[in-house]
Amino acid sequence: MNDTFWLLTAIIFLPTAGAAGVALIKKESVETMRAFALAITFATFLLSIYLTWGVFDPTDPGIQPKAPELVSKDAGGFKSAEIAKQYEQRGVSTKWIPGWNIEYRLGYDGISVPLVLLTGLISFLGMVASWSIQKEVKGYLILYLLLETGMMGVFLALDFFLFYVFWEVMLLPMYFLIGIWGGPRREYAAIKFFLYTLFGSILMLIALLMLYFGSGGGDTLPTFNILKLSAIGQGLIPDLAYSPAVQLTAFVLLFIGFAIKVPVWPFHTWLPDAHVEAPTPISMILAGVLLKMGGYGILRIAFPICPAGAQAACLVLVALGVISIIYGAFAALAQTDFKRMVAYSSVSHMGYVLLGIAVWKLTDTGSVDGSRFWLQGINGAMFQMIGHGISSAGMFFMVGVIYDRVHHRDLNKFGGLIGLMPLYGGIAIGLFFAGLGLPGLCGFIGEVFVVLSSWNYSPVLAIVAASGVILTAGYILWAVQRVYLGPEYKGPHPEAITPLTEREAFVGLTLLAFAIILGVFPDTLFSKMKTSTEQFVSTMDAGYQASLKPATTTAAVEKK
Amino acid sequence: MLELLVILIPLCPLLACLAITVLGPSLKENSHWLTVLGNAGAFTCALVALIGVATNGFPEGSQTIPLYQWMSIPGSSNTMALDITIALHIDSMSAIMLTMLTFVATLVAIYASSYMHGDPGYARFFACVSLFTFSMIMLVLSANFLQLFMFWEAVGLCSYLLIGFWYEKPSASAAGMKAFLVNRVGDFGFAIGIFLLWRTFGSVDYVDTIFNPAALASVAAKYPGLLETICLCLFTGAIGKSAQFPLHVWLPDAMEGPTPVSALIHAATMVTAGVYMVARCTNLYMLAPHAQLVVSIIGGLTALIAALIGLTQTDLKRVLAYSTVSQLGYMFLGLGTGTFLGIGGAMFHLVTHAFFKALLFLGAGSVMHAMGGVIDMRQFGGLRKLMPKTYATFLVGSLALAGLFPLSGFWSKDTILASVRMAAHPEAHKADAHPATTDGHDAHGKPAESGHGAADHGKAGHGDAHAAVASVDRTKVKLFGIAATTWYEILFWAGSFTAFLTAFYTFRAVFMTFHGEERIPEEAGHHAHESPSAMTTPLIILALGAAFLGLALGHMSAIFNGTGFFDGFLSKTIPGTAGHHDADWFVIGLSTVAAIAGIGLAWMMYAERSGVPAAIAQAVPPLYRLSLNKFYFDELYYIFLVVPVVCLAQLSRFIDWIGVDGLVGFISRIPGAIAKLARPIQNGLVQFYALSMMLATAMLLWALLVRPGL
Repeated sequence: MNDTFWLLTAIIFLPTAGAAGVALIKKESVETMRAFALAITFATFLLSIYLTWGVFDPTDPGIQPKAPELVSKDAGGFKSAEIAKQYEQRGVSTKWIPGWNIEYRLGYDGISVPLVLLTGLISFLGMVASWSIQKEVKGYLILYLLLETGMMGVFLALDFFLFYVFWEVMLLPMYFLIGIWGGPRREYAAIKFFLYTLFGSILMLIALLMLYFGSGGGDTLPTFNILKLSAIGQGLIPDLAYSPAVQLTAFVLLFIGFAIKVPVWPFHTWLPDAHVEAPTPISMILAGVLLKMGGYGILRIAFPICPAGAQAACLVLVALGVISIIYGAFAALAQTDFKRMVAYSSVSHMGYVLLGIAVWKLTDTGSVDGSRFWLQGINGAMFQMIGHGISSAGMFFMVGVIYDRVHHRDLNKFGGLIGLMPLYGGIAIGLFFAGLGLPGLCGFIGEVFVVLSSWNYSPVLAIVAASGVILTAGYILWAVQRVYLGPEYKGPHPEAITPLTEREAFVGLTLLAFAIILGVFPDTLFSKMKTSTEQFVSTMDAGYQASLKPATTTAAVEKK
Repeated sequence: MLELLVILIPLCPLLACLAITVLGPSLKENSHWLTVLGNAGAFTCALVALIGVATNGFPEGSQTIPLYQWMSIPGSSNTMALDITIALHIDSMSAIMLTMLTFVATLVAIYASSYMHGDPGYARFFACVSLFTFSMIMLVLSANFLQLFMFWEAVGLCSYLLIGFWYEKPSASAAGMKAFLVNRVGDFGFAIGIFLLWRTFGSVDYVDTIFNPAALASVAAKYPGLLETICLCLFTGAIGKSAQFPLHVWLPDAMEGPTPVSALIHAATMVTAGVYMVARCTNLYMLAPHAQLVVSIIGGLTALIAALIGLTQTDLKRVLAYSTVSQLGYMFLGLGTGTFLGIGGAMFHLVTHAFFKALLFLGAGSVMHAMGGVIDMRQFGGLRKLMPKTYATFLVGSLALAGLFPLSGFWSKDTILASVRMAAHPEAHKADAHPATTDGHDAHGKPAESGHGAADHGKAGHGDAHAAVASVDRTKVKLFGIAATTWYEILFWAGSFTAFLTAFYTFRAVFMTFHGEERIPEEAGHHAHESPSAMTTPLIILALGAAFLGLALGHMSAIFNGTGFFDGFLSKTIPGTAGHHDADWFVIGLSTVAAIAGIGLAWMMYAERSGVPAAIAQAVPPLYRLSLNKFYFDELYYIFLVVPVVCLAQLSRFIDWIGVDGLVGFISRIPGAIAKLARPIQNGLVQFYALSMMLATAMLLWALLVRPGL
């Protein structure tokens, strides 16, 4: 129990406390409630900024905070296996359910910190965008804040059980937020979203129990500690190991659970419905943060705990990634609903994330180059997650802005908006170009890294994936042309088209600014995560080698 | 000090752009001042940098100025790392480009301040122009391929924004989209080329790749086909950006943008980025003779096709656009000869073309301005008395484009043609080209692995690192079973014929617009007049350049014995260009005859609006229609590219709806179906329940008692 413990707890539970606070405010004072909730999300955002720049140490590749007695890494580099074995000393924890050895264990590293920051930012901007919600504001705000708790918890939890709880906590508010504040088909969409994700959660639960019961034996208690489970999976703990068969089974179960969230083709069909029906701020959260939880889960849980399973499944994952990219782009091209088009673009863009994570090629034992390429892929995937978080949230917001005014989303019934709303048009075109992957904006870097790394895995797949950029340009430019350019607005309610409010301009400009900063100075993000991703790659390689020979685990690690 | 100046070159227009973006609403009609100032500042700095390079102000003739680390992801043992620093690389080639670019950009900005007067998007226009100038400068100054790619796309974005500047015109926004998408196709290949470079050399920095002859030579020795592939991929990018066949279709449509944009971006600067890139990669292309041959063939073919299309177009700006495509083709034709004469000629043509083509476009804009926006040459005529300054300057530009002695186009175009002829007859020219260097003869037959420094027609013995470019024996290169020399021979005649066509269509436009009976369209109203001085002054300055640049910079080497200033200067980057060449009187004579014949024919047909053109069109209707309809490229693309993509998109949507989501829906109905199966059991009949109970008990008893251990 130290300062960091309370900081992390505050990041997670400040929104919950805020939700309780909102509950106490009188139902009539809507503006007070909004302002209070906004203050809470802003405070959480500030805390996440403080975590990123004030507390987090980007030179330490492992999970932080670490126990003070741990010697910091030696000057020449770090031994990833050593760090991976420090599962007890890293992170902060307290007992939660001792009978099952369940802990309240939190921690962060270069992989989770950017996502925590993203969550803080998008939650804050989403709250600013929530002024458009008029119905049952109190309930909305409470659920919204609970949702933020769930998201932050997922990114900070280091106990698998705790992770699972947060995963589910996030699910319920989302269900209601779509189902009550959504569009005409909200109930269908909400149930679809819920059942889909629940289906994935069940698979995850099965894997969770499998791994839990495999982690004990003799005197050792079974554990949910993700770091320890990873160490077992990577063969770092004597006399404890998951066989390749167990790893593959667990990996497939976990992967489907996370793939639904990403979403990976063919588990994606909940996404367009959910997005189309969800209110604008919820779409922003959904695209900006929720989808990243899938990618994060794969990086934090599925791969580290089951390296052998992951390695065995890589080819399938790569193929699914490429299919998602191309298929999503084609499907986006065919949409006539503005929001649905943006939703399919998410499928396409998140395909790059999966592709980057999955291009783990071991050409031969101890191959160095293979893992170096994979490192580019992991970095690219991480960057793509953050970049997409910015650009997709921005695109959904831009769709929401116009929907609030004219109440339709038919791509063929817009036109000329840049003339009617110049500022809006300018910001929107900027954000859409960020989604298009224009160099200098946030979408480009991730794609380049991913395609570069996939080249080593398979040049053909790399070329196919790269050809996605042409299709992306196609559907985005076509949409821009139909919505923003042209002589006149062709749809209903032309009288309702009014310039951006200051609040809307603030959200749009902030997202655009982040898109530009990430594109022009990508190293601000890379510098936060690169030691962690590097450690991830080297422990995974070592772990895979070790997990193949459970009997000689320690020896293999030593040799490495 | 000089470094600081180099940094100022891109900084000036960037600041102008930011200032206009922020202050635009209050500046309104004064926005152009910022752009003009920014561009003029950049020009001043570029000029000083040019002089700096010329006077050896930079210690090694070139300098790379790092700005900041863009990204850095570690690799293994310094290879395969992505360590990319945003840096500015200044040498003689980039200095030439920058000076030309910023000079034209300044004049165009002055011109546009009058041309765009009264447009509601005035500030937006100048913000975009400044952004473009900044991006183009950064493209030229790039020190690595990823940075090059970044600004390559950035200029594409500016082009998109400016083509679609009048967004309320559906044709304009469609043209912008077309330009961007066609360029994306090229950029896709370009990106693959960069990936391949990175995979091969472990770096995308120029210093590790194209400026490192040793690395290039060793790769060429190890994987002969690899460099060819890389070159072809990179060239795909150039095909897109420089509007070469088969991706040339976007440039004529790009004329939907305001005319100053056509002059600056779609004639003088951005479209030459492809030429610049290939010239920049000379060391690489020198090791890839097949790719070079492809470059030449594409260039020559484009030059010819575009000229043929240009014969029948009636939109003055489109004639000029096809002419731009055609002239860019010439540049590639020169670049691909693998002779330093050709590369130097291409770069020189790039510069002279920038002047006379910007001049022609601005002249066309002046006409358009006076004619109330009408640009169809059938609707006006005989404007030479009405617009004397425009006429005079336009005439100078046309003569330069036609390549008449002593205007600038003559020098550069003839150099390119001479280089192609030289490539076609390497044996005949070798003795002439290298009277003094015996090494040149010997190196010719040697394999590349020897690492010998002498290239075909380069000079040997310069101590510069760049001189050590190994070259391959070009005489043995074949493509489709045809020897390279035969290809170059064909290309030479195609190029010469194109010169004739160029002169013809250029003067067709001149005569239709300025000669004959004075006709003014209704749109012009009654106040058709010569343009204001803000527009004519840039015309006059450009006309001076178009007229005398060739003489002043003297690309003498091919024409008359000796090395001109331009070649000598460029040789600081590409040493071979300063080689000594004798005058090729055959080429000079042929192209002069071609130019005069073209002008004469145009005079006979169009000076007095005779019925000859119509008669010819009627005599060969298929050919006429082929040219008028631009060889049906747009239609072909629509059928073979757009339609399949749209079909695939609809198919994806259908699969998503019926296939994937249908499957999900089906699965979701399974629990209900199972429940339905079980439902009859709960039928409410007590007798049925009792029977089931007894049966079940009996079975259990049987299992326990009769078959224990089951």
